[in-house]
Amino acid sequence: MVAILAPSFGLFIVLRRLSLIADTLSHVALMGVAIGFVTSIYPTFVALIATTSSAAGIEQLRSRGKLPGDAALAIFLYSSLAIAVIVISKSSGFNADLFGYLFGTVLSINDRDLWLIGILLVVVILFVASFYAELTQSAFDQDLAHVSGVRVTAMNLALAILTGATVTASMRVVGVLMVGALIVIPVLAALRLARGFRTALLLAIGFGLLSVWVGLTVAFYADLAAGGAIVLTTVVMLALAEVIGRIRDYMSARRGAETDD
Amino acid sequence: MTIEPKETIDAVDSVVSQVALWPEGSDGSELAVDRPVVCEFTNTWYSYGGAEPAVEDVSFPVRQGDFAAILGPNGSGKTTLLRLALGLLKPTRGSVELFGESSARFRDWSRVGYVPQRVDGIGTRFPATVEEIVEQGLYRGLDPLAIFRKHGRKEVLEALDVAGISHLRQRPIESLSVGQRQRALIARAIVGQPDLLFLDEPVSGVDAVGRDRFHELISSLNRDHGMTVFLISHDIGAVMQGASVCACINRTVVFHGPPHRITGEHLSELYGFPVDVLLHDALHEHR
Repeated sequence: MVAILAPSFGLFIVLRRLSLIADTLSHVALMGVAIGFVTSIYPTFVALIATTSSAAGIEQLRSRGKLPGDAALAIFLYSSLAIAVIVISKSSGFNADLFGYLFGTVLSINDRDLWLIGILLVVVILFVASFYAELTQSAFDQDLAHVSGVRVTAMNLALAILTGATVTASMRVVGVLMVGALIVIPVLAALRLARGFRTALLLAIGFGLLSVWVGLTVAFYADLAAGGAIVLTTVVMLALAEVIGRIRDYMSARRGAETDD
Repeated sequence: MTIEPKETIDAVDSVVSQVALWPEGSDGSELAVDRPVVCEFTNTWYSYGGAEPAVEDVSFPVRQGDFAAILGPNGSGKTTLLRLALGLLKPTRGSVELFGESSARFRDWSRVGYVPQRVDGIGTRFPATVEEIVEQGLYRGLDPLAIFRKHGRKEVLEALDVAGISHLRQRPIESLSVGQRQRALIARAIVGQPDLLFLDEPVSGVDAVGRDRFHELISSLNRDHGMTVFLISHDIGAVMQGASVCACINRTVVFHGPPHRITGEHLSELYGFPVDVLLHDALHEHR
């Protein structure tokens, strides 16, 4: 499920050059988890609230032009990390669980998390499907999208909030530290190969699914950390995509040379 | 809505008022004042964050059917004017209207097409075919099934044909040259049959032949397709031949009227150096 969730959103995030937003939001999620543990409220839920509201905040700062996009991200990343560190150091006794959130605990995920991820998945798929035209337009060029009649500001805000939700869901699988990888790397691989936009979206989801499946299988049989195995698989896919892309470029260059003769 | 010529004149300086009375002309290219105004600046000011104003007390109308060319040196506020007209910026003072409505609140975007200046940055590292980009111009509000739409729609093929890039339909946008990319964006802008087309001509990246073909295409869109054109241009010669009305801008309006009434004096004021030679050549071709 997460395999579909992360890359389908990732495409729009990467194209908007906001790749680091995933990383920032994952640290915000960590803060949410820490607070969740201390207050013994369901940690994933607290993380969800924290990430979505921070995403909205980052988007506001960015769109008002008060701060460059990366500066806004830095502020949120470090302040939430600082809060997380303080909260964790003040309390003790949940180190094992926290470790799970940091590095992913997909093989021991609980029902409640599964439900939450499932609902998020439905919301995100509906969103991407129904706002496909708007998302594509604003990813291509914000000014052109505005003149086409897309409500760019609202779109950006919605995208940011759902990115927050996606980060929270993915966190359970690959862990806080590697969420960004699952959102960004399959998309990069797809971008290397796809010529059209729809192809890119489908390829990104395909790469995501394949990485999670291969990564989990390897992790299970070789007894490795699942999150790490999944992320490494995405990197291998990216390398493969690059190789295939090069071969294709070489072939078409040769074909071009032949027709020139 | 129509605006009396008198009101327009009051807003601009005395140099303009001499020529903006648009007296009877001999060649029929005088400014008609009976056609409806589609875009209008009224005492428009704009400054970026408290700095010196980039646009100072600009007033002029664009009427339906006009080929309006905006001329001016670099940094004269031309692109700022365009962004104001498109509602991408809000005027600090005064107003900008599109079809009689404030451009910041304007929502009927299907009537407007836009081709930006920096086409070289647009579409780089973006996975879309020329056709997919042109299809964007057909956007008419929320369409939940957009992702399932078939390619090859009639309007798209026609727009590609008008722009002269039918052969590039399946090519990735990032593989195109600047000139081709500009044509793709023109196709995107005209595919929805807008009434008013805004274009910001690129300064560089297109060769002389490409520039001529660009001006031919714009003239034909204005003449044969009945689109009102608002073109920001750097090519005085080409504009003299194609445009029906010119606005020379150097933060404020230096000249507004039919292009053959521009004098060397106006252009010297505009560019800060004598441009008589260039101007005479263009006028000879024009007549």
